[in-house]
Amino acid sequence: MAVAVEAVATAPVVPTKAFVPDPYLDLDTYEADADLMTLSLGPQHPSTHGVFRVVLYLDGEIIVKAVPHCGYLHRGVEKLCEKLAYSNITPVLDKNDYVAPMLNEQAANMAFEKLMGIEVPLRAKYLRTLLAELQRIASHLLWLGTFAMDLGGALGGGTSVFMYCFRERELILDVFEELTGCRFHYNTHHVGGNRHDIPPGWPKLVHEALDTIESRLEAYLVMLEHPIFVDRTKGVGTIDAQLALELGLSGPLLRASGVDHDLRRDAPYGVYDLLDVQVAVDGGGDCLARYKVRLAEIRESIRLSRLLIDNVPQGPLSATKPLNMVTQFKAAAGQVYVGIESPRGELGTWLIASKDKPTNPYRFKIRPPSLHAAAAVPYVFPGHTLSDAVAILGSLDPIMGEVDR
Amino acid sequence: MTFVLSNPWLHGLVFGAVLVSVLMALVAFITWFERKLAGRIQSRLGPTMVGPFGLLQPIADAVKAMQKDFIVPKDADRFLFWLAPPLTIAFALATAAVIPFSKDVLAANLDVGVLYALAFSGLLAFPTWVAGWASNNKYALLGGMRMVAQGISYEIPMVMAALVPVTLAGTLSMQGIVEYQVASGWIIATPVGAAAGLLFLTTALAEGNRIPFDIPEAESELVAGPTTEYNAIGWSIFAASEYAHSVITAAIVSALFLGGWDGWWNLPPLLWMVAKTGFVFLIVTWVRWSLLRFRSDQLMALCWKYLVPGALLLVLIAGIQVSVRG
Repeated sequence: MAVAVEAVATAPVVPTKAFVPDPYLDLDTYEADADLMTLSLGPQHPSTHGVFRVVLYLDGEIIVKAVPHCGYLHRGVEKLCEKLAYSNITPVLDKNDYVAPMLNEQAANMAFEKLMGIEVPLRAKYLRTLLAELQRIASHLLWLGTFAMDLGGALGGGTSVFMYCFRERELILDVFEELTGCRFHYNTHHVGGNRHDIPPGWPKLVHEALDTIESRLEAYLVMLEHPIFVDRTKGVGTIDAQLALELGLSGPLLRASGVDHDLRRDAPYGVYDLLDVQVAVDGGGDCLARYKVRLAEIRESIRLSRLLIDNVPQGPLSATKPLNMVTQFKAAAGQVYVGIESPRGELGTWLIASKDKPTNPYRFKIRPPSLHAAAAVPYVFPGHTLSDAVAILGSLDPIMGEVDR
Repeated sequence: MTFVLSNPWLHGLVFGAVLVSVLMALVAFITWFERKLAGRIQSRLGPTMVGPFGLLQPIADAVKAMQKDFIVPKDADRFLFWLAPPLTIAFALATAAVIPFSKDVLAANLDVGVLYALAFSGLLAFPTWVAGWASNNKYALLGGMRMVAQGISYEIPMVMAALVPVTLAGTLSMQGIVEYQVASGWIIATPVGAAAGLLFLTTALAEGNRIPFDIPEAESELVAGPTTEYNAIGWSIFAASEYAHSVITAAIVSALFLGGWDGWWNLPPLLWMVAKTGFVFLIVTWVRWSLLRFRSDQLMALCWKYLVPGALLLVLIAGIQVSVRG
């Protein structure tokens, strides 16, 4: 509990940093006698969280320059979405941020609704917000597990934390399965509302899952707040507020750098305007700060989920009728941008509709928070060792499905 | 039989053969034990499918590893690549020769037993470096480099920690140290002995490449360190030697600090030795599955800033104790 309180209470501080790495360092001008080793970290590597590749230039074990390469998971999702009818886009987007699919669905459908001027019923809004918060818990738990694994290896304490986190995340997936019938790629949001209504007994299940997660969180924090963990994360991979803003970081990364910004509070959507969202901010900017902020967010999401599940109002779940044909939804020409707070930051959808094609988007652009996190790599890696690079990449938490789309 | 036991060469040969066979069998089931324990720590079951309680899992693993094709990378140094696994297992098992399992069960009662054991334990860094170099792989190379740096650094506090029982017992022979403990109490029971034992165990974790000191292997950073390019039986030999080394180190800790085969209730001394070794191994395994990994520079800092001065201090205290005792 100590962590959460501390993280919320800390006033935003803008840290100053003496060493500013140059991501465009000309290696020819680097110390002439240095014997640099080029190491291609990824795309097949245990710790690149998917298929991310960073070319590292190492002086001994110290990174001099890091060049990230992405695109190994490019699937042409945006182009595909332009070919699909509005109602058919949702399941495709589940695969983008594959750690928090619920938020992808929500982001796109909110954009469609805004474009078409559809007002979502209150019950659906409550349910969407609740699902988003539950998904945030699951996503942060998965992050915590993989981050511990980056620090502790596949054959050690890190895996133990990983197993615990997955065990807890499983409870959330069970809850989702009970609601939607799917564990992961739900396809539960649609234009105008939600597809699956709350089954009987579901709120109790949610409460049980939340209680279990909260109690177990306390138990294994003992393991994580070990001196070794602090040694490995404190002062490692510091991103100051200015750099964070320039890189377009958002979500926990931005808040860990001391910028108090959260779309749930600053640009409320769903029913967040009815809730008092406590935003966790930490001025540290390092891996430890990012850890603290995410942990505080898990607790905050647990609190919000409990409030939401008890107060879901009765009423219709969707403003639109069940689909008869895929071309049912037609949008007038125009463009909208909707940004929501995904577990990784601002997940935006920018949509242009043209008069010629009323049933499909003319241009469908996703603003993935992970892309900006991955873009921080060349700024943060230099000056750190290879071991730190893995820890930093873990704490940045880029999801490659979302980066490459 | 008496001839065999009285002739040191034959004695060594017979005991060595028996010891290696028993140790290798033990290592196989130690992996089962560790996997079970890790499973329990992580709230899962561990191996359950092969044999009762998954007991035959190590055999299945070994058979699988032997069936696989041993691939040597195209640009690797073929000779060194082949050489590294046998060297590792040889060095790991060689240490076992001087471990006293009871008053009579001992392959070689060397006068410099402790020195011999520590020397072979330190040599283990060498085949790992060979493997790292021969693989012609950057991850392997980095892992090998780390292994050498770590091995050399941790050798120093390890030897100094071992000097404490040596000083107290006044002999370098392992059997002599155990006999001293039988006569005048376990070394772990004295404050300086307890501190030295803890220090020795810590450095042994580093020598044995176990978490929190497994930076040469560091899966999340270096894929698999020096063994990245090894597969099939080559990799298995590395894994087996790592376990063998862990078990033997646990046995050395038991002999040097925990009174070796000394025990109560007229139980067979061999049983006591095995039980103590098992207990130390349990601690080592438990630590492994509950801690995170150090960074390489933090590891070095820990060694040179804390462990080496601490070990020096312990040697000094042990020396004073002995001279006061007269």
